[in-house]
Formats: sequence, C-alpha cells, structure tokens
Amino acid sequence: MTPDINFGFGLSKSSRINLDNADNEKFRELAAREPDILKCMACGSCAASCSAGNFTELNLRKIILMLTRGAEKETVRQLESCMFCGKCILVCPRGINTRHLIKSIREIYCRPCAEPETGNGI
Amino acid sequence: MEDRIPGGYDNFVIPFLAGMAFILAYCIAKLIGIIMHMPSDDRKKLLLSLVNPRIIAKNIADIFSDCLLHVKIFRKNPKLGYMHMSIAFGWFMLIVIGHMEVAEFMPEKLHTFYYPIFFNYFVLKTADSGTALAVYEFLMDFFLLMVLSGVGIAVFKRFRSSIVGMKRTTRPLTRDRIAMYALWAIFPLRLIAEASVAGTGGGGFLAMSIYKAISPLMPESANVLPIWWAYSISLGIFFFMLPYSRYMHIPTEAVLIMFRNAGIRATNAETGFSLLEQYSCSTCGMCIDACPMTNIAEGEKNASVYFIRNLRYGGGKSSTKSIANACLMCNKCVAACPVGINSCELKRRYRSADYDGMPARQYGFVPSMETHPATIGNTAGNPCMEDHGNRISASYAIAGTKGQSRGVDSKPHKTASCKQNEDNVYNKKAIYFSGCMTQLTPSVSRSMERIFKAAGIDYSYMDRDGGLCCGRPLMLAGNDRDAASLIEKNTGIIETSGAEILVLSCPICYKVFKENYRLGNIRIMHHTEYINGLIESGRIKIRRTDEKLAYHDPCELGRGCGIYDEPRKIISAAGHLAEASENRESSICCGGSLGSITLTYDQRSKVTQAALESLACGSPDRIVTACPLCLKTFGTYSALPVEDIAFTVARSLEN
Ligand code: SF4
Ligand code: SF4
Ligand code: SF4
Ligand code: SF4
Repeated sequence: MTPDINFGFGLSKSSRINLDNADNEKFRELAAREPDILKCMACGSCAASCSAGNFTELNLRKIILMLTRGAEKETVRQLESCMFCGKCILVCPRGINTRHLIKSIREIYCRPCAEPETGNGI
Repeated sequence: MEDRIPGGYDNFVIPFLAGMAFILAYCIAKLIGIIMHMPSDDRKKLLLSLVNPRIIAKNIADIFSDCLLHVKIFRKNPKLGYMHMSIAFGWFMLIVIGHMEVAEFMPEKLHTFYYPIFFNYFVLKTADSGTALAVYEFLMDFFLLMVLSGVGIAVFKRFRSSIVGMKRTTRPLTRDRIAMYALWAIFPLRLIAEASVAGTGGGGFLAMSIYKAISPLMPESANVLPIWWAYSISLGIFFFMLPYSRYMHIPTEAVLIMFRNAGIRATNAETGFSLLEQYSCSTCGMCIDACPMTNIAEGEKNASVYFIRNLRYGGGKSSTKSIANACLMCNKCVAACPVGINSCELKRRYRSADYDGMPARQYGFVPSMETHPATIGNTAGNPCMEDHGNRISASYAIAGTKGQSRGVDSKPHKTASCKQNEDNVYNKKAIYFSGCMTQLTPSVSRSMERIFKAAGIDYSYMDRDGGLCCGRPLMLAGNDRDAASLIEKNTGIIETSGAEILVLSCPICYKVFKENYRLGNIRIMHHTEYINGLIESGRIKIRRTDEKLAYHDPCELGRGCGIYDEPRKIISAAGHLAEASENRESSICCGGSLGSITLTYDQRSKVTQAALESLACGSPDRIVTACPLCLKTFGTYSALPVEDIAFTVARSLEN
C-alpha cells in the first residue's frame, strides 16, 4: 500500500485501458485515409448538435476518442444510429468532413461484419 | 441518265461498306445487350410505348427537335446550336435527298448501300433529266454547304472555344481526335470528289463552280479515283471509330429519347439504360461551364462529362469514385445538358456500391408513434390516409431487397391533396416538420411558428424536440436502403398525427417527401408555397418596405422541385426583388450541399463565394433564401445580412 498516491483519484481496475492490448492496425488505416481525424480537438460541437444524439448515445467526439484508444466495438454500435444528416459537418470548428469520416469508420471497422449489429434500439 | 462505270461498282466503296456493316452490327448487338440488362418491368414499358400513338408522336417530335435541329442547344447558345444543327440536319438531309435522287433516276440501284453515297461518280448525267435534276443538285449542294459551315465552326471552336461563347470545352481523347479529324475530312473531300466529276456527274452551284475553276488545270484523262478513295476511307474510319468515340451519340440519342419517353430511368450506373445515357453524351462540355466546382482549383476535372466518360471507358475505379463523391448534386449540369442526361442520378447509383455488404440500419430509437408529441390526442387516425393500406410496402419498395436493383423511384409522383378541402387548405390541421438543418437555424422554425399563430392555423410541430432525418442525405450518398427505414418511421408519425397538410422548411426534406414518401392524400408543401398561399388568401398581412431583397434559388427547391415563383411572389410582397446574375435553373449552389461527400471546407467556400457574387449582382440590401442549409452556409461568408424567407415574412407581419 502506497498511501502517497492513494489520495482519492486512483484508477479502478475496470476502467483502466490497457494500451498494449489495443489493436491499432485499423486506426492507422483510418488515420491514413482521414488525416483530419488528428485535427479533432474534442470540443464536442458535433455531439451537441447531433440529430441522433437526441435519442441515442451517438457521440462523434467520443467515438474519435475511443477509436484512438482502440475501443472499436462500442464505436461501431454507436454509429448504427447516425442518419448522415450532416449537422456535425456544419458545426465542426476544425472544418473536419465528419460525414466522410463516419463513412470511412464504418467501412474500415464494420465491413466485413460477420453479424450485423442489431442492438440499436438504444 | 445512265451508268458511267460499267457494272456501277468500284473497289473504293469497300471502306465505306465495311464501316457501315461494322457499325450496324455493333449497334444492334449493343441494343440487345442493353435491353437484356433492363429490369423486366422496363422492357414491358418499352414494348407498350412502341404501340402507343401518343408516345410515338412524342418520339418523332423529340427526335426531330433534339437530334436533328438541336433546339435545346439553340435556346442556350445559338452559335453552338447552329453548329450542331448544320452538321446533323444538313447531313441527314444529304442522306435523305441523296436517296430520293437515286430513287428518282436510278431506282434499280437503290438496294446497293453505297450507290446513293457515291452517286455522282457512277452516273453519267445527260441533259434530258430536266429541272428535277437541277433542283436535286441545288438542294444537295445547299445542304453540303450547310454542313461545311458547321464543320468550319467546329474546327474553329477546337482552337478557340470562346467563338461559340464557351469558356471551357472538353479535353478530347486521342480516339475522339481520330474520329473528329475523319469527320472534318468527310465533307470537304466529298465536295472535291463531286467537283472532280462534275463534268460527267453533274453538280449544283458549289460543285460546278469548283469544277469550272479546276478543270482548266486538269488534263482530260486525270485520275479522280484517289480522291474518291479518300472520301470513302474517311467515312469508313469515322464509322469504325464511332463506338470508341464521342460520336456514338449520333446513333444513340434517338434511342435514348425513345427509352426515356417510355418512362425508363437508370436503375444502376453501369448497365442497361445508363449505357444509353453514357453513349448519348456528345461531350459537348456544356456541363463544365455550368458546374460550380469549376470555382475550385482543379475542380473542372470533376465535371459530369468526365464522370460519364470514365464510366464509359472505365477510367479507373478510384478516379470515377472521386468524381462521383465530390459532386455537390446541385443538378445544374443536368439542367444545362442538351441531351437531358441525368448524371446526378448516375452518380447516386454509383455511390450506392459503397454500401454493399454493409449492415442495414433500423433506426429503432425513434419515439413510438403513440407517444410522439405530434400525435398526442389524436386517436381518430388520419382522414387522408384511409385507403392507404399499401403504404409501408410502398416505402419499402424504395430500397428493394438485397441483390436487386436498389432503386429509389426518381420520378415525382403526384400527391393529391384531400379533395374535399382543396379550397381551404388553411382551415385544416397542419403538421410542421422543420428538419435537422433547421435545428441549426432556429430563426426559421421560430418564424414559422409566428406565422402559423398569426394565421390561426391548427398545427403540430413534429420535431420540436428533435426528430428523425428525412432520409434524403442518405439517399444522396447512395444509401437508399437505410433511407427507406427512416422514411418508414417518419411516415408512421405523420400518418398518426391526423394532419392533412405537411409543411416543410427544408427543400432537402421537401424533395424526398414529394418523391419518395407515400403519404396518401396528405398535401406536402414547402413553406414558400404555404406562406404564399396564406398571403394570397389574406390569412396573413405583411408590410411592404423599400428594401431590395436578392432571392437565392436553393438547388433542391428550384431545379429539384421546380418551385421558382412562389418565393418571388412573397419577396415582392415584402420588398423589391433583386435577381441574381445566375438565377432560377442556373442558380449557383450555396456550397454547403450535403450532396458532396468529399469536398473540403475550403473547397466549398469557393463555391459559396461564387454564389454570393452572383447574388450581389443587383446590389441588394439583404439576401433571402428558402433553405436552412443555404442560410447557414451563406451566413458564414456573406457581407450582407442573410435570412430565410420565413423570417422575412415574420418580421413584416402586420397581424
Ligand atoms: S451526420 Fe450522423 S453524427 Fe452527424 S449530426 Fe447527423 S446523425 Fe449525428
Ligand atoms: S466538432 Fe469537430 S473538432 Fe469538435 S469534437 Fe466534433 S469532430 Fe472534433
Ligand atoms: S453530359 Fe450533357 S452537357 Fe455534359 S458533355 Fe455530355 S451531353 Fe454535354
Ligand atoms: S451536380 Fe452540380 S456540382 Fe455536381 S457536376 Fe453537376 S453542376 Fe457540378
């Protein structure tokens, strides 16, 4: 027990991300195709204006963060509710072509999807 | 009149005959292939159209005006129109009159394909033929002169496209060049060949005068055969090059017209009807000048003509895809195309390949119809939807099943309003769907609510707390299957709402609701139509000021749905209308279009600037648009204030 770091902000085991276990292969492919993803400053404008975000957990800001950390399953599930309406494109202060980004994410992470995700009645 | 050459044959006709046989066989084989690849419903439509007198009459009229006289090009650009007309109509008349001449004087030779073409070489014209011959000779030379003048303009245009008023013209391929040089050579060679035998074969004012000029220089025994060989070879080369060059449009366009009049549309980008559209593109390049992407550096290479060319010659998957994905789908090129090729639909179909094998979305998160705010308190159902049991299956038909052609019906189908309330639509319950984009521009929806209240309308606001997308953005991206699922959900809500009029603020929504939703007798209105009706019927009164208002025609409202006049009437009621330099069918996309999948923020801004420049032309005080996406896009760049037409009306309300 090291009392000097145990000041109330310790990481609990369950929420710790083991970066060594994350397979970044697909993310590298994505970043090569969509270099703009690296410009995201996680401002959350996209999520705040998202049409589907009104009803579901879809949150593009979070998706981008999650992908950089290799959490792809959740990402793919969230993108199932994107309606491609393009609101996020209009609000992104970094001028990221979010729709194209979403299309690429689905193409890289979703196909070939052995079993289509069905749990979208979130 | 008699045969000058014994047997009426010479070997020089071989290149012509070979070319002719080749192109005939090629066209028949292709046509069979195209028909085989069409859905069987379309084949049925085609058959029926061939026995329908109304369609037959329309076919003849259209073929005459579009393929021969080129009336559409004339209207847009008289010089270019003359060029096309003189070559097409002149050549056609040469063939027709040539055959009539043979039928009149040497009817026994009519069955030989080549005889009418090389008539003057083979005959010895004697004086006893009288005035009939003189008339034929005059007509033949007259039309030859007409063709020559067209060819002259065409040659000149190659070097200076500005002569016909075009800023840009297409980059020809080598294969096009070969065919083009052959075409340019045909008619001068024909003239010289005919002049060379005018002493025996006769000739009109043109051939005769050249003959008179050159005959003193020619010995009596001069061999004129090489020039006839050259004429025949140029014809042969042209025919052999037809299938591999832009000139394939000559035999194809008439067929395209017949298929189109039969009600057939493209169901995919690569086979069947779309092949006809590809072959019919004459690469005239009118779509290049029309395209707003030419304002972007290197944007010209994304013009529709290059997309079609890539499709046809297989110009590399990645480049075809990048052209298809860049396009703003503003439809300006389609409006400009004299052949009426719906290149945007081809691009949409092309894009759809990206969704093959992708899991289908269901959008199960929508609030259930019973609890949706727009439907609360309505248990009676919708009087306009009674006989609409097939609604769901109809909206499913949009996506089709996997593996089949995924076609959204691209033809607008009429949505009749409830008959019993044709006169007083404004007494009926309305449902207002503002759409996703309007949620980024709340001034629009707030203005609409003020207008509804001022007019005392009973209405519900379908997506006040957010709603589903209309499905059009997915369709523009080529994903009809997912769009169908949204369409079905929205249809359910509207059906349950009990409203008889659906009012939309966004032209993107308006287009998909009009064309792809099956809403029975519910009347679908864009807010410009609705507000204009309110003003005209006196339900609302607005103040007129001295302000100059420039109106921007949104792509999906103007070219997309043909609404040009209602917004102008509203603006004229609120102020002075200042037209943009490019308006109505030629209106420039705001640059924000969801149609483009790949254009970047900076590239779009170039398009926006071009549109704003055109709008600033009449030095207006404000810019008025009727689309939330245009409003948002212009708002970022415009030096002038920009507002939606609903806002213009709301701030001028007197009641
Ligand atoms: S395109 Fe998708 S992620 Fe973007 S705002 Fe629309 S629904 Fe949300
Ligand atoms: S709006 Fe743009 S910058 Fe902000 S979080 Fe979304 S993608 Fe990133
Ligand atoms: S698409 Fe139409 S406008 Fe464009 S080059 Fe072809 S024929 Fe001309
Ligand atoms: S639809 Fe508009 S952006 Fe696309 S090619 Fe045609 S004119 Fe250009």
